[in-house]
Amino acid sequence: MAKKSSRDRMKNEINAGSMADIAFLLLIFFLVTTTIVEDKGITVKLPPWSEDEPDITKLKERNVYAVLVNAQNQLLVRGEPMRIQDLKTNAKEFIDNPTNRPDLAEKPTKAIISLKNDRGTNYETYLEVYNELKAAYNELWDELCQQKFGISYSDDLPRAYRKAIKEEIPFVLSEAEPTNFGEE
Amino acid sequence: MSKFSKKRGKADPEVSTASLPDIIFMLLFFFMVVTVLRDAELKVKVNTPYATELTKLQEKSLVNYLYIGRPVKKFVKTYGTKPRIQLGDKFATIPEIPLFLERHKIKVPEAKRPRITSSLRVDGDVTMGIVQDVKTQLRKSGQLKVNYSAKKRPD
Repeated sequence: MAKKSSRDRMKNEINAGSMADIAFLLLIFFLVTTTIVEDKGITVKLPPWSEDEPDITKLKERNVYAVLVNAQNQLLVRGEPMRIQDLKTNAKEFIDNPTNRPDLAEKPTKAIISLKNDRGTNYETYLEVYNELKAAYNELWDELCQQKFGISYSDDLPRAYRKAIKEEIPFVLSEAEPTNFGEE
Repeated sequence: MSKFSKKRGKADPEVSTASLPDIIFMLLFFFMVVTVLRDAELKVKVNTPYATELTKLQEKSLVNYLYIGRPVKKFVKTYGTKPRIQLGDKFATIPEIPLFLERHKIKVPEAKRPRITSSLRVDGDVTMGIVQDVKTQLRKSGQLKVNYSAKKRPD
């Protein structure tokens, strides 16, 4: 009856009630497909597998920055105990060697960081150490980038820029087979 | 009823539904922003550590997830408290990793395969032993691009 009366009045409006249904459909579609939380993390390139251990004894001792983490999550850097908080500054100094000390890396291209942990090391500590080492490189890249191109370093830079920077300061981190003293 | 309509004369009794889609759209946007959808139910407790030097994972379809952590409460009885690996939606062992990677790989177009990344979502409390074994297995399977999942450290 109501229908009839509305016809009589010649209503020209389009019924928008079904729009809600369409929107609901969309809503459900997005509910099912989206993942909003961004996945972030430290990206690492693992070395290809080879049966024989890489020999780092051939390298000059001054170019190797050996970081050891034991099962008690303590750090031993080049034979000296160190706190994680100091690792970044120390690593930066080693790689860059601004004062040309004879015991630090000859030049950034020759610097090698050797990371060795125990099977009982906490993953959190391991990642923290890795993070600090990566941070040292990131800061060095940033400084170099500012110097060369006048912009700060980021992953969005043109490939040529990044390549130029990584050629001067390559990120070389070798991970030795872990020791096994404190496996739970 | 007719009594009423007569009284009101030509007043339209229908409620306008034109604004309903707008409300639904608002809901839609709200849900689009807040939802987190997991592709798999987590059977291990994963609380990733904090870090600062983070990179975003670009294409979701090119990422496979490996979870490492201690089993959650309801699985402690059957699986114990030792750290375990979860691939997809079930517990797995190290030798099952290559098959898991292969299963993911065949779904990716060939041109994009070199860009496949493994996201290691590892609990902070886990010791490196199991992580190391997984890493070795990944290296043996030629899956060298790895992302250690971490949260941004709050300043």
